Amino acid sequence: MESIKLHYDVSADDFTRAGAASGDVKRTLKQLGVSPATTRNVAVAMYEGEINMVIHAGGGEIDVEITEDAIRMVLADHGPGIENVELAMKEGYSTAPDNIRCLGFGAGMGLPNIKKYSDEFKLETELGVGTTLYLTVYMK
Amino acid sequence: MTVQTLVEELGWTILTEGDLTKEVTGCYCGDLLSWVMSKAQDGDCWLTVMGNINAVAVAVLTDCACIVLTEHAALDEDAKARAAQQGVTILTTELNAYQAAVALSERL
Repeated sequence: MESIKLHYDVSADDFTRAGAASGDVKRTLKQLGVSPATTRNVAVAMYEGEINMVIHAGGGEIDVEITEDAIRMVLADHGPGIENVELAMKEGYSTAPDNIRCLGFGAGMGLPNIKKYSDEFKLETELGVGTTLYLTVYMK
Repeated sequence: MTVQTLVEELGWTILTEGDLTKEVTGCYCGDLLSWVMSKAQDGDCWLTVMGNINAVAVAVLTDCACIVLTEHAALDEDAKARAAQQGVTILTTELNAYQAAVALSERL
């Protein structure tokens, strides 16, 4: 099949819109007949990425490419960057403020979940410049 | 058991109506959204006090059968509207999560 490319802008501090991009990708994958397991992996990884952008980075952009063998996602933001990647990757570690925790976020599971649900995971971050995640989920 | 049967048997109140014919195959309790996102399964009845718009997004992405707001936890207006739009069933009960899970477990 031809590859399908999708692009989303994630707005800053807009929790009411967060989940719109991952929800849309999920619907698209469902329509394409992609397996529930693969769809779920993409949905979880992308939703966590979206939320991270809203909470920590003042929004960002997501590009998704769906091919016959995989779904590739690039999530790029121009936020503050991640000071300690090792800590950020640790389950339970969070820098989310209290008002965010009240919404049910800040469990410190964002990046760990993204890694867990992706087959390939690459994180590039630079303080003061931003963070980009390259994620691949294989079709299963 | 379908969501409809669950509503009839347990007397929980419907706040928003999605697919009531969806099978309830399990149960998950939790309020931390990333945790729920990662662990809740398709067909789970999700017991929580989190009645905001992000909970609706999590319900959509996990394909859980319904959200049950325990102890009559509040449902935000925008969450209600989004749930209706996305076809997410939200129920409410006066029971706490433990009591609701026990009641549910007897029927699963």
